[in-house]
Formats: sequence, C-alpha cells, structure tokens
Amino acid sequence: MKQIYTQPNENGHYGEYGGRYVPETLMGAIKELEAEYKSAQYDEAFQQELNHYLKDYVGRESPLYYAERLSKKAGGAKIYLKREDLNHTGAHKINNTIGQALLTKRMGKKKVVAETGAGQHGVATATVCALLDLECVVFMGKEDVKRQELNVFRMELLGAKVVSVDQGRGTLKDAVNEALRYWVANVEDTHYILGSAMGPHPFPQIVRDLQSVIGKETKQQMLDKEGRLPDAVVACIGGGSNAIGMFHPFIDDGGVRLVGVEASGHGIPSGEHAASLNEGSIGILHGAKMHLLQDEAGQVQEAYSISAGLDYPGIGPEHSHLKDIERAEYEHVTDEEALEAFKLLSHTEGIIPALESAHAVSHAVKMAAGMSPDETLVICLSGRGDKDVAQIKAREEGREL
Amino acid sequence: MSKFELEKAFGTLKAQDEKAFIAYIMAGDGGLQNLKGQIQSLEASGVSIVELGIPFSDPVADGPAIQAAGQRALSQGVTLEKVLVELARIKHEVSIPVVIMTYANPVLRLGAERFAELSHEAGVSGVIIPDVPLEEEREFGAPLAKYDIAMIRFITLTSSEARIKEVIEGAEGFIYAVTVNGTTGVREGFVDSLYDHLEKISRESDVPVCAGFGINDAEQAEKIGAHCDGVIVGSRIVNLLHEGKAEEIQSLIPKNRDIAANATK
Repeated sequence: MKQIYTQPNENGHYGEYGGRYVPETLMGAIKELEAEYKSAQYDEAFQQELNHYLKDYVGRESPLYYAERLSKKAGGAKIYLKREDLNHTGAHKINNTIGQALLTKRMGKKKVVAETGAGQHGVATATVCALLDLECVVFMGKEDVKRQELNVFRMELLGAKVVSVDQGRGTLKDAVNEALRYWVANVEDTHYILGSAMGPHPFPQIVRDLQSVIGKETKQQMLDKEGRLPDAVVACIGGGSNAIGMFHPFIDDGGVRLVGVEASGHGIPSGEHAASLNEGSIGILHGAKMHLLQDEAGQVQEAYSISAGLDYPGIGPEHSHLKDIERAEYEHVTDEEALEAFKLLSHTEGIIPALESAHAVSHAVKMAAGMSPDETLVICLSGRGDKDVAQIKAREEGREL
Repeated sequence: MSKFELEKAFGTLKAQDEKAFIAYIMAGDGGLQNLKGQIQSLEASGVSIVELGIPFSDPVADGPAIQAAGQRALSQGVTLEKVLVELARIKHEVSIPVVIMTYANPVLRLGAERFAELSHEAGVSGVIIPDVPLEEEREFGAPLAKYDIAMIRFITLTSSEARIKEVIEGAEGFIYAVTVNGTTGVREGFVDSLYDHLEKISRESDVPVCAGFGINDAEQAEKIGAHCDGVIVGSRIVNLLHEGKAEEIQSLIPKNRDIAANATK
C-alpha cells in the first residue's frame, strides 16, 4: 500500500521536531491562528481571494523553463528551472506573505510585524501590507540594514516602518528575537508574518502550505511537458520555505529525489557556515525543535553565508524530520561554488539568480552531470539576483559591502 | 531540597501574614565565584526565594537589562552545568529556596534527565522555563518530577479562562503570573485589570501566585503583592548588583520599608 504523508500531528510535531516552544503570552494568539487557518482552508471565498491575488497580483503560475544550454553545459540530465524569480517582488516570499496577510484580515487584526534578513521577506511583507491596508513594522539586524540599504528604502517606500536591531550581532537571528518580543508586547492587535517554514506551530505548516503552490505547479507542468514526474527536485535552504514548498507535493512520490542545498559559507571545516542540517544538533530556538548550530552548552551560534537569506542557525522542523526519515537529502555548497553558479546561469541562460538560488543551481549542475540525458531535474529558482549585484560587484573590486 | 521547600517557605510567610519577595539574579553576572555571596546577601536583605537565571544567547522573554546581564555572564563562560555544580557546592550555606530560570535549549542540550539529576544535587526547588508552555511540558517536567522539583507554570494577561483552569490543574511550586504583555524590565505602570486578574487566579489556584515582570520598587511590590501571594523582581535587582549597589536591594522589599518606617516613628 502506498504510504500517505500526514505530518504534522495535531500538536504541530513533525516526528520529534517542531512543536510550540513559546512564552505563555503567545499561546492564545498561536491557537487563534491555528483555528483561523483551519477554517480558512475550507472556506471557498478565502481560497478564491488568495487565488485571485496569486494570479493577478503575484503573476502565477510561474513558468517551468527548460534550461537547454545549462543542461548541455552540465552534460547529463535535462534541467528545468521553476521560475519563482519572476513573481512580483522577485522571489517566492510573496506566496507566503499574501496568504498570511489575508489571514491577518480574517482575524480582524490591522497590524503586522515581520523579521527580515536580506530584506526579501520584509519587502514582500511591506508589499502586501500596502495592498491590503495593514500597518507594518519590520525588524532587521543592524548589519543587514547597512548591507541592504536599498531594501530598507523599498520597505519604507511601501509604507512600512523598519526597525534596526542592535542586539547580538545584528543579523537575522536577532531580528527574529526582536520581532518575537514585539509580538509578545502587541499580540492583541498584531499578527506576526513569519518569513520561513520555521517558528512555532502552526507557522511551519501554514508557510509550507502556502509555498506548496510551487511544487503543485511544477508537478502539473512536468506532466504537461515530459509526461512524467521529474527524477529530482533541488532547492536551496535557509529556513527552508522554498524547499518545503517544492518538496511537499512530491513527498508521496517515492521516485522523485528531494534535494535541499544548505550554505557552507567558507567551508564546513572553517566553522563559518549555515549548514544546520549537516552540522547542527537537535535544539530549540524561536519556537521549534529542529537542527541547530550551537555550542556544547546550548548557546546558539551565528550562521554565516555570503547569501543573507541563508545565514540562519536553525532550520524548518519539517526538514529535520525529512532528513531523519531519509525522504530528503541535504547537501551543501560554499560561497565560491555559489558565485560560480551565479555567473554560470547568467552566462548560459541570461538569468541572474539570487545568491540563495545559486546554491541550488551549483549543486544541481553537479548532480545532473551524473545523471543520464533521459532523466530530468527541476531547480527551484527561488529569487532573482538583482538585489545581489551591488554586493558581487564590490566583491570583484576587492571591496566588502 | 525540593518543591516542599517552597511549600514550607510560603507556609511560613502566610503564618506571619507576609508576602513572598522573589529576587531574580543572573547566574555568573560578576563571576560564578560571587554566587554564594550574592545569594547570602539577598537572604540577609529579607528575600524569600531566589530565582537564578541561566544566561542564554537568545532570551526572547527578556528585556534589555537581563539580556545585557546574560551577555556579561556568557562572556565569563558561564554554562547551565557550571551553575548547577557551583550551586551543589554552596547549597549548605544557603537557606532560602532556589528556583532555576532557564530557556529550553540549554536544558535540552544538557539532557532533561541529566538536568533534573544535577538540579537535585544542587538542591534546586523549582524550575521555570519561559519557552516551554503546558503543551511541551512533559519532556522537561517528567524527569524533574522524579526528584520532586516543581515545574513552575505561567499565567499571562492573554490566558483565557479555560487556559487558566488548565494551567492551575496540577500546578506545582507557585504560579508565575506575568503582569504585562511584553518582556521583563522596568515599566511605567500596569493595566487596571491586573489586580482583578491576580485575585481571580489566586482564588482558583491551590498553589501560591506570584506576580512578576516590570515590578520596580517597594511601592509597586506592595500594591501588586496585596492581590496575590508575592512578587518577583528581576531587572532592577540585576542592575543594582551590576552597579555594586547590593545594599539598596533591601529597600525594594515592602516589609523592610514598614520596618524602616516604624523605626523612624
């Protein structure tokens, strides 16, 4: 009999991972969100509204593009690109923010708080808040504010208030801490639009379901183009939202390899990386149990990657579970390899990928080389690279941004 | 030592018609070698129970004062295990109950079983884990129960009536009633509904109810304490200790103020 995947359980656990490790002040809001989400799932009007915005505002469905020149270059499997970079705001993030903003309205809340690393999720949140007339506060680490000046301006242009976070090292982890603190203090009229498939239940499930549009479309598009499912799908992993969105619809299709690609930064031996699934141990942070980069005493370590969207020390709990049950494989790619792939895709296909997505491209090209020409592989091209161009130019000129 | 020490302490206070004054300090802020002296000075000031904070890299329930204290302790290499070992060494020189306040991750890393065992050896009476609500309690609570160490639960302003009942059912040690929606730290004031809220919880709960977050001076402590069984003061004490003003801590305790007032009459 075919096995049906049904995670999470009613308490939001994915195997031993996930859960709701939050202060009591938030439990009411989290349970309200869970109940509201359940009712929205079966509410046709809500689904119609969501689909309307996905189609006419975000621009879905996104194309599945056969990258012929890249495939030739790799010299093996046929490589397809799922073009999430073509969405409004330039990445997959908006699939989630539009859904959660509609949920915010449904709960009768008028204010939204969000965290952001590089600014992609912040921009996607500010965008839908402008669209749906919600007040928006975005927490962003001090270092990221410096590195991503333009995204700060974009968010402000969209009407959001951006708060720079001085605590810790001033990166994504610290921004999440501050967003959580803000949520605790304003929980009665504010919804927290979490940006990845992480955090306390029901966030990992809601984000996964909203991002699953990626995998569902891919499945149908592959059937239309190739008459069968792909042999593998490949996606980069920071918190893991584009990956889980691509993987989830394929979990019960045992013939499809699910491959997540973490950032190994300066290389695993350097200790400067963001490879939580490969190098982390079981921990609890930001509401969930998952693989976590931490020291012997349980203090959370800073993650590093050239790509600001991947440098998170934890991981969505469902990925931890998929790793344990060996349904998905998790590889890693260094800064240098990602940069090479960034250029490779730009040169061969005229598509400049986000540095995050370049990690997936790098590993996929290696994988494809070892596969046969009648096999197919889909890369989730989670975002476009415009945001990274200034950083890479500076790097080439020997400056650091 | 165990949760029975807490029962005894609250029983004695009740018999004397007094409220509990629980002082939070960050373990290892100023060096672990000073822990004994710090606890003894709190005891001498009239503190009823010590809540000993364990530093954590990402303390989401805490405001700036305790975050900073945690960073200072971490930079001295303080760990959960070191704190418990030090506590075990000095336990015979401390007579008031000690409860540990730690985030979940250091406990998970040490192992919930090992944590319970070390806490027992250290004479710990109760454990407070702010990021472990009822739903996730078993994993941490079950090993502690073997040693009769209380797993202390929270009730907040956002807890519904049904939720309050759930939390009270089987509560141990005392209920930690959070006075604000927000993190620890000094506040301007409190919502008017707080006092009814505290009285309601106190009426329904079999274990004592202590209120904490944002309580800053003897006046607030007295006002809030009047509606429950005691108060918890953290950020202010942490700052006073850091500034080398330990002697001022006693002025935060309402009963000392009464004594002082009587003395000057």
